[in-house]
Amino acid sequence: MKLKLNFMFIILGGLAALPGGAGAETPYFVTYDHHLEEPGALEIAVNPVYAKQRGAGDFLAGWTEFEYGVKGWWTMEFYLTGQTTRLDSTLFTGTRWENRFRPLMREHRINPVLYVEIERINGADKIMRGVVGHDGEADHAEPNRDAREEIKNEIETKLILSSNFKGWNIAENLIAEKNLAETAWEFGYAVGISRPLALAARPDPCLLCPENFSAGVEVYGGLGTHEAFGFRDTSHYLGLLLAWDLPSGVALRVSPAFGLNDNSHRVLLRWGVSYEIPQFGRAVRRAFRGRP
Amino acid sequence: MLRFAMAALGAALLVRAEARAADSANPYGGNTDAVRAGRKLVARHCASCHGEDGRGGRSAPPLDSVAVRRAAAGDLFWLLTNGDLRAGMPSWSNLPDARRWQIVAFLQSPDPPPPAP
Repeated sequence: MKLKLNFMFIILGGLAALPGGAGAETPYFVTYDHHLEEPGALEIAVNPVYAKQRGAGDFLAGWTEFEYGVKGWWTMEFYLTGQTTRLDSTLFTGTRWENRFRPLMREHRINPVLYVEIERINGADKIMRGVVGHDGEADHAEPNRDAREEIKNEIETKLILSSNFKGWNIAENLIAEKNLAETAWEFGYAVGISRPLALAARPDPCLLCPENFSAGVEVYGGLGTHEAFGFRDTSHYLGLLLAWDLPSGVALRVSPAFGLNDNSHRVLLRWGVSYEIPQFGRAVRRAFRGRP
Repeated sequence: MLRFAMAALGAALLVRAEARAADSANPYGGNTDAVRAGRKLVARHCASCHGEDGRGGRSAPPLDSVAVRRAAAGDLFWLLTNGDLRAGMPSWSNLPDARRWQIVAFLQSPDPPPPAP
């Protein structure tokens, strides 16, 4: 036990000592707010999700994410996704390329962000980055060897609305997704609210102080298709959120989520680790120009 | 030359701050703990662009300039909140109001404290 504790402190010490600056992360996994990546900064994140599955093996899915601030008003992300299912197999499930744009250059009471994502994934994808249409637990019970045969080229759009009020962030996302080989648009939503545990910073550096933690709740689910819009045969989740932002630029997040109806997984456990490299774009440009 | 250009850019950004923001007084003005907290926040969030010592970088103006110290606290707070997204200055509205005021307190402190050990 003592050995495990020592190991944990060594890992935490290492994370805290990493060079780099840091933005301030909100704890959401599914919901987006209006805060974009700083220009030139690259954030690398790994976000696994463990799900209890009825009628098949439980699974561990996840995505690796590369988020780059192209401009102050434009953030681009690239995702690699995969999953492993108990008593089945492990496989790569696809790629996603995402862009977020802030049309308004100043802060308002409600701040809109436009989101466009192109996905090339197979039917075994289980990351549940967003829940749309009639997505449900039963979709994930299909064996991987069958599900992977289906290749989906999809476009996903979101209208992100987000507000800051007295330290709270409140974000609402409306999602419209289309498989380019099919006619139906699928819809979904995500809503989140979060707040740092302390609003003001302490005068001295600290790791475990409340200012480095934020907590919140997010609710997300499907809204059917344009032909069958509504809550019928859709799945919904409520996730509790906790994030720990280390001064080094490392952020740790965790979210147990609970299915809200019979179509949903009973329990999801999400966690994530991210690291931000400020001025990454400049370092790359310098390297290519051969300047020190 | 670069330093002068960056200082001019910083002054121009401040001039563009909305007039009504200038009326806001810093609730942490003169508070030594807030100045120390502000130093910590600047090192964490601002130094990668504005330099470890706040003397400016290739793309960001200096923070230890006369223009910054003489600016209305509300103008600096407004700039931190809104950024200048087209010019590459991000919005720091993801930091709570209190922390943005602490940053302003540090930037306008006549006698900044030494870095924390």
